[in-house]
Amino acid sequence: MRALVWHGAQDIRCDTVPDPKIEQDRDAIIKVTSCAICGSDLHLYDHFMPGMEKGDIMGHETMGEVVEVGKGAKDALKVGDRVVIPFTIICGECDQCKRGFFSVCERTNRNKHMAAKAFGHTTAGLFGYTHITGGYPGGQAEYLRVPFADKTHIKVPSTLSDEQLLFLSDIFPTGWQAAVQCDIQPTDTVAIWGAGPVGQMAIRSAILLGAKHVVCIDNVPERLEMARAGGASTINFSEESVIERLFQMTAGKGPEKCIDSVGMEAHATATIDAMYDRAKQAVMLESDRPHVLREMIYVCRPAGTLSVPGVYGGLIDKVPMGAFMNKGLTMRTGQTHVNRWTDDLLRRIEEGQIDPSFVITHRVGLEDGPAMYKTFRDKKDGCIKVVIRP
Amino acid sequence: MRYEGPRSRRRGHPAQGTDTLARGLGVFSLVLGAAEVLAPRALARALGMQGQEGLIQAYGLREIGTGIGLLASEDPMPWVWGRVAGDALDLATLAAAYDGNPRKDNLLLAVAAVAGVTALDVICADQLTRQTAAPLRHIGNYRGRSGYPNGLKASHGVAKDVEGSEGLLTPDLLKPWAA
Repeated sequence: MRALVWHGAQDIRCDTVPDPKIEQDRDAIIKVTSCAICGSDLHLYDHFMPGMEKGDIMGHETMGEVVEVGKGAKDALKVGDRVVIPFTIICGECDQCKRGFFSVCERTNRNKHMAAKAFGHTTAGLFGYTHITGGYPGGQAEYLRVPFADKTHIKVPSTLSDEQLLFLSDIFPTGWQAAVQCDIQPTDTVAIWGAGPVGQMAIRSAILLGAKHVVCIDNVPERLEMARAGGASTINFSEESVIERLFQMTAGKGPEKCIDSVGMEAHATATIDAMYDRAKQAVMLESDRPHVLREMIYVCRPAGTLSVPGVYGGLIDKVPMGAFMNKGLTMRTGQTHVNRWTDDLLRRIEEGQIDPSFVITHRVGLEDGPAMYKTFRDKKDGCIKVVIRP
Repeated sequence: MRYEGPRSRRRGHPAQGTDTLARGLGVFSLVLGAAEVLAPRALARALGMQGQEGLIQAYGLREIGTGIGLLASEDPMPWVWGRVAGDALDLATLAAAYDGNPRKDNLLLAVAAVAGVTALDVICADQLTRQTAAPLRHIGNYRGRSGYPNGLKASHGVAKDVEGSEGLLTPDLLKPWAA
């Protein structure tokens, strides 16, 4: 089969690789009908995340049709089922899965020792996302092996299109969880850093959840335009001070809820602290650039909540812990507990509350995938979200 | 390693290697500048230029300024040309110190190193000058992409019945409390 394969930093190729096979009883194989490039794939593309190996298949936003089912998954799936595959692989049986904390499933990461070294504990296995999270082949391919498939799937109806459903795999529940864990009240101003795909979903989620005012911060004009279309006010950080504008918008009090949809690769040249991070990163004294975290802690209203769906990979520096503590802020983070939200979100798509396909700007075949990684990373051609049809 | 701000002429330019080289030269400027500012005596002694410590420190400040400019600006081209001019000044200063220098070997080594860096600077500046004229492509209009099939007003606040949030919200005991 053909697949998008990682060969090194900024080197992804469309290669021919062996077809996946059933390896465990609970496996299933799906024929991929649609997949997407995620912003967090760019951390792998630029090789900011450790644990990638030459030959790894990329991709964790995937949907398709079941073509083969292991005997341990036959009660849950049958050939022909149409499924979206969540990016977190879940067993459904461990303590964390039973509590709905699927992204920290205790059993699906087959490289637990690596995750435990990096994070203290294991996290769930993830598709196409470094060997620290299991090194499972990803779904930017013609076929995908789904481990623990009896639990790791979302069955979807034929009445909706792939484009309406595909983002249940990651960015829609990720933006949703980011907003939900802010505990949004009707009086709240919610500030969202980053107008990429997750930021766009977080905006729509905050609106659905009834926020009084949503503000989005970025500097890419077309992304800010899409944010405004979703009901957000916008701040272009290249043209105005984020802190000053947020204080102006909230009568000097700051937003009650702040969402970091940027993560470890904050813009490297916009501010002095970001340049400091970039310089430290260059000499390997810091792995991530936490500019957004610093800004959120500074501007968030005391007793407010910070929500961090943006991916961080390692160590950060100069985080104002004094402000965080003395202001009594709460921070909620985490990879997304996808299956916790998907029944509810599928219903909302069916009812027309939201159509996540609004975010798609580019549609290509698998062979154009490598070029689209570059286009997406460079924010060229108005690129916000790429869907691939193998 | 891109110069990707919205006003940058380099935004989206396919020649990413040139951007990386420019940033590398920026980091190099910072490191060299810091060494010149912090250890002028050692450098002056090694190059047989005792008595010129103040000049070395001034050159260090120049390097640091150029390094910050290269890493902070959206267009690296003028800063890299600035480095080329600085290289010429460095070479002239080293040449002027040759006659009667007790550490000629070290001085010649320094001249060779500066000449090598100068070559990199010239290549980078030349590439940037040639490449920055590339126009950006037209970018799409996303004004109509709300994502709410029923309209923004109809969707606002419709999800107050959110399911699955147990354990992820503010505990009741920490919610605003009125006496």
